Amino acid sequence: MQELTSDAAIELRGIDKSFGSVQAVRGVSLRIERGSITGIVGENGAGKSTLMSILYGLYRADAGEIRVEGRPVEMTSPRDAIGRGIGMVHQHFMLVDSFTVLENLILGAEGGPLLAGGLAAARAELARLAQDYGLAVDPDARVSDLSVGEQQRVEILKVLFRGARILILDEPSAVLTPQETNRLLQILRVLRDRGVTVVLITHKLREILSVTDRVIVMRRGEVVAERATSKTSAEELAELMVGRKVRFSFDKAPARTGEPRLVARGLSLVDDRLVRVLDDISFEVRAGEIVGIAGVSGNGQSELLQVLAGIRRPTGGALEVCGRKVDAAHPADPAEMRELGVAHVPEDRLRQGLVPAFLASETSILGYQDREPFCHNYLLDGPAVGKYCAELMDRFDVRPRTPGLLSSSFSGGNQQKLILAREMARHPRLLLVGQPTRGVDIGAIEFIRRELIASRDAGCAVLVVSVELEEILSLADRILVMSGGRIVGEVAAADADERTLGLMMTGARAA
Amino acid sequence: MSTAPRPLPGWVEIGLMPLVNVALAFLLVGLIVELIGADPLQALKLLVLGAVGSSESIGYTLYYATNFIFTGLAVAVAFHAGLFNIGGEGQAYIGGLGCGLAVLALDRYLPGLLTIPLAILASAAFGAAWAAIPAWMQAWRGSHIVITTIMFNFVASALMVYMMVNVLIAPGSMTPQSRGFEASAAVPSMQAALQWFGIAVARSPLNLSLLLALLSSAGVWIFLWHTPWGYGLRTMGHNPEAALYAGTNLKRMTMLAMCLSGALAGGVAVNELLGVHHRLVLDFAAGYGFTGIAVALMGRGHPLGIVLAALLFGALQQGGAELAFEVPAITREMVVVIQGLVILFSGALVHLPRPWLQALFARKG
Ligand SMILES: Nc1ncnc2c1ncn2[C@@H]1O[C@H](COP(=O)(O)OP(=O)(O)OP(=O)(O)O)[C@@H](O)[C@H]1O
Ligand SMILES: [Mg+2]
Repeated sequence: MQELTSDAAIELRGIDKSFGSVQAVRGVSLRIERGSITGIVGENGAGKSTLMSILYGLYRADAGEIRVEGRPVEMTSPRDAIGRGIGMVHQHFMLVDSFTVLENLILGAEGGPLLAGGLAAARAELARLAQDYGLAVDPDARVSDLSVGEQQRVEILKVLFRGARILILDEPSAVLTPQETNRLLQILRVLRDRGVTVVLITHKLREILSVTDRVIVMRRGEVVAERATSKTSAEELAELMVGRKVRFSFDKAPARTGEPRLVARGLSLVDDRLVRVLDDISFEVRAGEIVGIAGVSGNGQSELLQVLAGIRRPTGGALEVCGRKVDAAHPADPAEMRELGVAHVPEDRLRQGLVPAFLASETSILGYQDREPFCHNYLLDGPAVGKYCAELMDRFDVRPRTPGLLSSSFSGGNQQKLILAREMARHPRLLLVGQPTRGVDIGAIEFIRRELIASRDAGCAVLVVSVELEEILSLADRILVMSGGRIVGEVAAADADERTLGLMMTGARAA
Repeated sequence: MSTAPRPLPGWVEIGLMPLVNVALAFLLVGLIVELIGADPLQALKLLVLGAVGSSESIGYTLYYATNFIFTGLAVAVAFHAGLFNIGGEGQAYIGGLGCGLAVLALDRYLPGLLTIPLAILASAAFGAAWAAIPAWMQAWRGSHIVITTIMFNFVASALMVYMMVNVLIAPGSMTPQSRGFEASAAVPSMQAALQWFGIAVARSPLNLSLLLALLSSAGVWIFLWHTPWGYGLRTMGHNPEAALYAGTNLKRMTMLAMCLSGALAGGVAVNELLGVHHRLVLDFAAGYGFTGIAVALMGRGHPLGIVLAALLFGALQQGGAELAFEVPAITREMVVVIQGLVILFSGALVHLPRPWLQALFARKG
């Protein structure tokens, strides 16, 4: 290779990118050292994903120059990027569920008309990659049987398999449990030590501080700061991102609880494969308190939320929601639940919480489309919906404030804020929240948590499910720990810390 | 570029691209015409004149377009709900059964002003019922709607032959058709209607069903984009999980979407039986149901686009017939090839010109 003297893996000069009237990236110049881990942080909508998409050939920059390993390149498609040794792991996995790991690996790189040869070569290569990078995955396992963390490893392997020397990860830990995240960070360190250049986008400053060599801070499309990780702190980064001081913890008044709004008695759920995913769950949530559900993801929390929201019917036990009895014989669908005053922020915003092809204004009434003031005389009132959406956007600082934009055009964190706004704005009696701050920036985390506590103080009963222990600890008044579909413990927030909760989560599993 | 379509300006996407598609199809048609030894330009001229050259040919074009609007809307409504209704043909046919039964039962006792609306309702209701069965089988039993609607086309066809030959045939008739409807039960022809205003046009099968088709288009537009049910229907089409989350009952919504779709297909029966044949006949729906798929595709599922696409297909149908009549080298089959190519380019290959248009317009967008 020529120009081995240049140590920059990537150099960007004066990159601009606009979508219509929104300037997503403006005049970005940066340099990423070979064999380093560079973190990119910034508020929701700062332009991080857009910048990386330009680098990966998904978008074409309006202006500017891209140099990869010293040479100027013209990126017009991901194929070009892959050809230059750039690989990207998307937040939403692009794997074929019914294929094995090996089959996924060679997808698009089959290496000939007959699969057998390609497969054998791939198997050998996979073994080598697993050896070199400590990325062990069973090549013959079906992707649908793998955990989320393992699927992500397959994505990384896929990128390395195509010969990538530069690896871009966009919010890789948003879908991982803390344990899986630690594994991932470990893998990234190994990759760096083997000479791979890693670019990591994340909202979690803990990850930035523990694994990166340098950090780039973006705000409103620009690079506003660059630091060596060893010479900065979470507080400084937070301030650089948001432009003001961010408080990481806040005091809340003791809860003043009222009547029970949600009572679960012996709730159970057996799924289609006859697995008992919820087992004899009993608890209550009262007006004016926040109850947190902690647990390693995949232990029934998602199913519990779905049952409580009316999306799935419990197979046993009973619920009392705002005074109404719900059980297998008297089910309530999500519309009836909403009628009772239940609001639900789903865990998976792209799959459940919004329709990417709808306008933001349409998304802002999902589930409430047949209510006043959006609908009168059986007709939707477009202007009223647009106005309502604009109000929500103002209150929750959703950017850009354009109700007429497609929901898919908003950055991940802004989509989340819009959904939260929709569910919280109508003063629910019971608020169910799954992963409230997944994918949102720290400024917004502070805001969202404050809003949840304000709802509580206004007398709403709040149930929060989160895999982030720190989040549960800072929000909840009482904490329930779930494991294996059961509630294995309850503690008052005042008596809990990450260590005891962690022990409860795992200790019960061993039992 | 294939992975992330860069957005084009709206007018290019909706206005220019279909035109480019059609132009490409015609280019290829021209080549084929050249190959079989006819003059492409002459053929094009005959085609266009045949479609819009006289008030009579315009009448025919609009009459065909009426059917295409109904079936195009039918396909589009189901498609917005994420359902691929290939059964427009059968639904139109059974709609005709409803229409015929209603008129045969009522036309001797009620005035036309009552018979006609009731017959229209019967067409819609029978079309809806015929779509409801596959919808029910999909919603509650998990049978795939593409398969069942195709099969129901055959069942409809067999059922109609049985009904016509054994039950509804006019006494003493040798052909399987019902007795003629009373004159009061006819939807007025456009010629007659325009005569009321003192406008003289040539005779053609065009009748006031066209207005019903246009009203239906407006209705579909309002329903899909301006009612909570239409909102729920589109949500289901994009993302069933989000629809479930929003409190939409997916089974009921599947029924609603398919019944609406079937009812719209039933409009073909109104145009054909009440407007043209004035009796119940066999095979009046032939081909319209399937072409409706292409019309809906080309019209991008939007009622306005569907009306425009229906006009194009109507013109092709009419102009093509004239062309086959005038030029011996171009047979009826050749005209089918032309239609097929337009369908191919504006349906299956609809994104073919996208990269070129992107190169031209994306930067300005
Ligand atoms: N396809 C698009 N069309 C229109 N606007 C877009 C599109 N993609 C991104 N944007 C806008 O560009 C800006 C930057 O978005 P981007 O997704 O890069 O943000 P981000 O920094 O990744 O944010 P997040 O942390 O929330 O993921 C946002 O204002 C967004 O709304
Ligand atoms: Mg992003």
